[in-house]
Amino acid sequence: MSAIHIDIAEKRYPAVAGTPAREVFQDFRLEVAANEFLVLLGASGLGKTTLLNIVAGLDTAYSGSVSFGAQAPRIAYAFQSPRLLPWRTVLENVALPLPSGAEASARAMAMLAEVGLADLASAYPERLSLGQQRRVALARAFVIEPDVLLMDEPFVSLDEAGAARLRDLLRRLLATRPATVLFVTHDSREAVELASRIVVLEGEPARIARDAPVGLSREERGEPLRVDALRLALGIGG
Amino acid sequence: MSTAARLLLTAASLAGLVLLWQLAALLIASPLLPGPAAVVAAMARAAESGALQTNIAITLARVAASFLIAMAIGSAVGIALGRSVQLNELFGPWVVVLLNLPALVVIILCYVWFGLTEAAAITAVAINKIPNVAVTMREGAAALSRDLDEMARVYRLPRLKALREVTLPQLVPFFAASARSGLALTWKIVLVVELLGRSNGVGFELQTAFQLFDVATILAYALAFTAVVQVIELGLLQPWERRANRWRR
Repeated sequence: MSAIHIDIAEKRYPAVAGTPAREVFQDFRLEVAANEFLVLLGASGLGKTTLLNIVAGLDTAYSGSVSFGAQAPRIAYAFQSPRLLPWRTVLENVALPLPSGAEASARAMAMLAEVGLADLASAYPERLSLGQQRRVALARAFVIEPDVLLMDEPFVSLDEAGAARLRDLLRRLLATRPATVLFVTHDSREAVELASRIVVLEGEPARIARDAPVGLSREERGEPLRVDALRLALGIGG
Repeated sequence: MSTAARLLLTAASLAGLVLLWQLAALLIASPLLPGPAAVVAAMARAAESGALQTNIAITLARVAASFLIAMAIGSAVGIALGRSVQLNELFGPWVVVLLNLPALVVIILCYVWFGLTEAAAITAVAINKIPNVAVTMREGAAALSRDLDEMARVYRLPRLKALREVTLPQLVPFFAASARSGLALTWKIVLVVELLGRSNGVGFELQTAFQLFDVATILAYALAFTAVVQVIELGLLQPWERRANRWRR
């Protein structure tokens, strides 16, 4: 587990071929406490993915700094698309971030069993449904026992029942392997069901419009009425 | 269609071609168009002395050497050009020039500059092939997935592992395409190189037969060598490609 300190003085996209230059962040600060499940909520195109990429170290073209509580935390990233290697089996995909060897295989296999895909270990990803591929991506993220887990709409374009099952799986995995989570979505119901804190982003450059803790118990998160009441109270019912 | 039925159809088609050849030979009735029987006899004569096998082996060795050199250098150049826009702008035109340089010019220049040696022959063939490989591999390297690259970076894959697991598998189809077209091009150019400056190999034998107007021997060597190349294609290249592609749906 590790806290995350985000301080972006400026992040802008230069003008390219017809699109004007965009100011995505200016003097943007966000403190994420260790073990927090922070959901970033906001319309698409605001810069939520950009923020995750900056935290992940994939995007370095900004001024400012991102630091962590721990030295060099292990970071896992569940992307919007599963990003599996189609030429490697499900098991090899999960073992990929581990140092190669028999132990890596064993750990990956145990992880696959935990996400309920043990019998598909030797299949190739393209033969799996999108929901199953997302489970594999989750297994790959958790197999390294991350300190920081970044998630970019990881359950998008699944049917509601499938997304609910995956949210449930995510909660189960986090119960045994606690991590600091930064979770991006534009679905406020999903946000309330998962978050311990919700940050709503608005405008350009993006600023924090609302920042609220979510104090629901596990049972309450399963009750649609409670979830909807809290969405109304937070003003994110739309 | 089942495999057996397909093989039968191929065999029937080839038998039809031989029959047509036999008819044409009978009609023309000249030593300049020998029939299948005469060619088989010439093949047997050449095989009996061991000349056929030796010359095919020598030519194959030259094909293999220049093919491997061209694939290695061409891939490295192509991947470098595909990965870097600046490199491609600087050296892309060189590739185009080389691509359009006639094979014969390269062969003659190599023999003139390096002498009538084995090294000159193999270099000449390799230089002819390198730009083709480079162009194909450049396409592949430019089409590498950024998404998977980011995934490899986030999960901190070591460089070699990322190359083996993420980058190279994406290049396999391009590698296979350039190997396939490469083999066909290489063995044709090797024959020309042998004809111009070597004293053995299939190309040299063809030239000798040409000077004697011995069409039966020419056809015998051509058919034997084509058969060997077909076996390499079916027995080596295609199984490897199938293996590399078994993950596809």
